[in-house]
Amino acid sequence: MSTAVNTSKKKNEAQKQKASGETDHRILMCGNEALAESAIIAGCDAYFGYPITPQNEVTAYMSKRMPEEGRVFVQSESELAAINMVFGASATGKRTMTSSSSPGVSLMQEGISYLAGAELPAVIVNVMRGGPGLGNIAPSQGDYFQATRGGGHGDYRTIVLGPSSVQELVDCMQLAFDLADQYQMPVIVLADGILGQMMEPVVLEKKPGRKLPSKDWALTGAKGRQQNIVRSLWLAEGALERLNYKLQGRYEQIQKDEVLCEQYGVEDADIVVVAYGIAARIVRGAVTIAREEGIKVGWIRPVTLWPFPSEQISKAADELRIFLTVELSMGQMVEDVKLAISGKSPVVFYGRPGGGVPTVDEVLDKIRQLTTKRKI
Amino acid sequence: MKTAFTRTPTYKDVPTHYCPGCGHGIAHRLLAETIDELDIHERTIGIAPVGCAVLEYDYIDVDMVEVAHGRAPAVATGMKRTNPDKIIFSYQGDGDLASIGAGEILHAGHRGEQITVIFINNAVYGMTGGQMAPTTMINQVTATTPKGRTSAGQGYPLQVSELLATLPGTIYIERCALSSPAEIRKTKKAIKHAFELQIEGSPGMSLVEVLSPCPTYWRMSPVDAMKWIGEEMVKVFPLGRLKG
Repeated sequence: MSTAVNTSKKKNEAQKQKASGETDHRILMCGNEALAESAIIAGCDAYFGYPITPQNEVTAYMSKRMPEEGRVFVQSESELAAINMVFGASATGKRTMTSSSSPGVSLMQEGISYLAGAELPAVIVNVMRGGPGLGNIAPSQGDYFQATRGGGHGDYRTIVLGPSSVQELVDCMQLAFDLADQYQMPVIVLADGILGQMMEPVVLEKKPGRKLPSKDWALTGAKGRQQNIVRSLWLAEGALERLNYKLQGRYEQIQKDEVLCEQYGVEDADIVVVAYGIAARIVRGAVTIAREEGIKVGWIRPVTLWPFPSEQISKAADELRIFLTVELSMGQMVEDVKLAISGKSPVVFYGRPGGGVPTVDEVLDKIRQLTTKRKI
Repeated sequence: MKTAFTRTPTYKDVPTHYCPGCGHGIAHRLLAETIDELDIHERTIGIAPVGCAVLEYDYIDVDMVEVAHGRAPAVATGMKRTNPDKIIFSYQGDGDLASIGAGEILHAGHRGEQITVIFINNAVYGMTGGQMAPTTMINQVTATTPKGRTSAGQGYPLQVSELLATLPGTIYIERCALSSPAEIRKTKKAIKHAFELQIEGSPGMSLVEVLSPCPTYWRMSPVDAMKWIGEEMVKVFPLGRLKG
């Protein structure tokens, strides 16, 4: 187990390497601890959380590191309380976050809806596990619908980032805080049990941040100004409709400016595999082998799950190809893939639910089967 | 001529939406007076509940937030922990604090959060149309206890202040009433003391429970409602300092 102590030791080693002229700043960390340290680097003022597997390393790490940095850590009595503590800290203009896993994130949905309604920035990490219900503690991508469709009540969106490596998880944290502040809304980092638990070499460094709007709406005490009010109740005729149009305008801007996706080998491909997060790592392995076998296959990996890279996928479907969507679920993102393609190309699905993780061989077999169907 | 009485600046000069005879207006006035007398207007952040007082920010002129039903103590925790120099209060009704938010108030008290809570107990859900609250009296008729509350069917009225007083994390708990000018003056004193403790940085939560009239859903005249607090409610919710 990597601990905070080990981490600082590793940091020292990295610094020593630097002193001796070497330039490798990588340290080995598990995803949960790496995302926590990255949040600290991003300037997270306060962390509130409740223990749940498989993200317990985040709360434990934060309980040690946040006080070391003179920042706030509170172990809440529930996820319901955690997200409302986030709401409170955010309303005063602080950078704040919580993390949890699937059942805990379900409990947070009330608070996430209120954050969206009150136009408050916040970062929520979901290290997904198998469901429904208490499910299990194995990795899953079963919360895609919940994350990308709003999750709570009302007409709102959250930005959803789906990293596929520990390094990308680290990078996503800093991006998530910036996006939350820029668009004044909750941002979800959608990881899974593998990403949270596995150890990979990462570089922890502060990336140049975005130019962000000032938080003149924050509750800081009405000194030398009118009172500030943070609210989500709009009773007057048309007032709530106006708020929703305003949010919609923001969402359209995000859809235009913030889509992130990666693709490989799509130009000459007969088959395009679409996958995100840890599923994309498995797909990458399968596609590499398939290419060696002479199969014309490529992949598209959405990094932002909302906004979804519909344009990129639609463009790839302008030529007739078979699209294979691979997920650790019974098929959730595949609906967005189908919407993007709008019937231009066939879309097939392969996935395993409830903590089942497809192997490279399983995905490879699926690709091979499609090849014979397509008679390449 | 000497001015004997004026509107306190933090209480906005606007009509409220409260029913005739409602206690919220009095409680708001006491709160606003306290903020002005203690000169904390520029560093106070208030939390409005879900319930009749949801629009409290339209009347109390400090920075305010409106939060999910019952979650005010958790929101207050997030605010106070990140802003220890600010004065944080929540203003919650009996449905908000004693029912849906029972967990949040218990744990904020348990952690000893340095916040001030004004708990308005009128033994009924006002905003949704007079349904039973955890603090509804035995035999009290409400929209959801048409034959009156029975202990066998709905349990006894919940004495939250007594419960919270058992926690080491609470430093001051007092139950007051708005039933007469004398009791209103006592309520003011208690609210002021609760804020003073927070200003001094005393280690823990301060809470003032205020028995407040709801003539509309008690189906009484405002005068009878005031009498009912003093004659009936205090039997189950005795007035006085429970802690501190």
